[in-house]
Amino acid sequence: MSHYIAPELSPAAFKQGFWRLLPISLFVAVFGAAFGLAAVQTGLPGHEIVLMSATVFAGTAQFAALELWGAEVPVLPLLATTFAINARMLLMGATLYPWMSLLPPGRRYGSLVILSDANWAMNLNDLQSGRNTLGALVGGGFALWLTWLTGTIIGMVFGSAITDPKALGVDMVMGCFMLSMVLAGRRTSRTVMAWVVGGAAAYAAWLWLPENSHVVVGALAGGLVGALWLEDKA
Amino acid sequence: MIAIEDGGALLLIALMALVTLLARFGGVLLMSFIPMGRRVEGFINAMAGSVLVAVLVPVAVKADGAGQLALLATAVLMLLFRRPMPAIAAGILVAALVRAV
Repeated sequence: MSHYIAPELSPAAFKQGFWRLLPISLFVAVFGAAFGLAAVQTGLPGHEIVLMSATVFAGTAQFAALELWGAEVPVLPLLATTFAINARMLLMGATLYPWMSLLPPGRRYGSLVILSDANWAMNLNDLQSGRNTLGALVGGGFALWLTWLTGTIIGMVFGSAITDPKALGVDMVMGCFMLSMVLAGRRTSRTVMAWVVGGAAAYAAWLWLPENSHVVVGALAGGLVGALWLEDKA
Repeated sequence: MIAIEDGGALLLIALMALVTLLARFGGVLLMSFIPMGRRVEGFINAMAGSVLVAVLVPVAVKADGAGQLALLATAVLMLLFRRPMPAIAAGILVAALVRAV
């Protein structure tokens, strides 16, 4: 609607986004290393592992792919699993639409190429709080991509030297990051209600519905709260 | 079934990348066919936080005691100071310390 302004993406904003997400990205490298190691153990040759991390750039889906990998790989289950796990990106992209729609298509889709959880969450908070740039999405996305790729290679080469990430608390990094992003956003009784309904729906879906459906179910349920309970006109 | 020999693996990786790219583009693309009104706007801005919460629920449920304390530490610090980086750092520290004990 009319109060949205096209976000800018200057080199300065890119750089800022890169540095803001670099600390989290370094932890992402640890997961990259875990993936590199697991992929080597699954039997993928080096160039294929690097290519997958560089072009797919979606950790959970890549780990799931390894489960299906063998001398012969079932194509439809592989692609269905990839899509189901990454379907949350559809919803994440949709939340950026009010700003993205004001950009020319090249910029719009060009900056979405690198969309992932952490840079999306930070950039959406920025946009909602009036910081009108795509620096976190694109610059931060580049930081995440770079460390994911570097981590993958480190895991392939030095796999067995990695200490247990769990002992260092690294397995909780993404969880803590996501939680901080939820709480950094604007809190009204309306958004809190959306979280509660969305969280409950996600939990129910996680328990009873097919694997990987919980994010989409929870997000749509939370969205529905937002559609029924409109914000007071500003 | 695709055999991974003779470039089959490369084809599979390309297909995975394509499907993921469709998911990255798809949200914005689909929204461009939906007229923006107050309901639609309300839907997508409430969905933003809900995506994160929905990702978090199983993480919190599956986590061990140390992991759950880590999330609690992050939540408390966020509510008090609203500064993400210290809150995240505290969470990780809590998980590491509790597991070391």
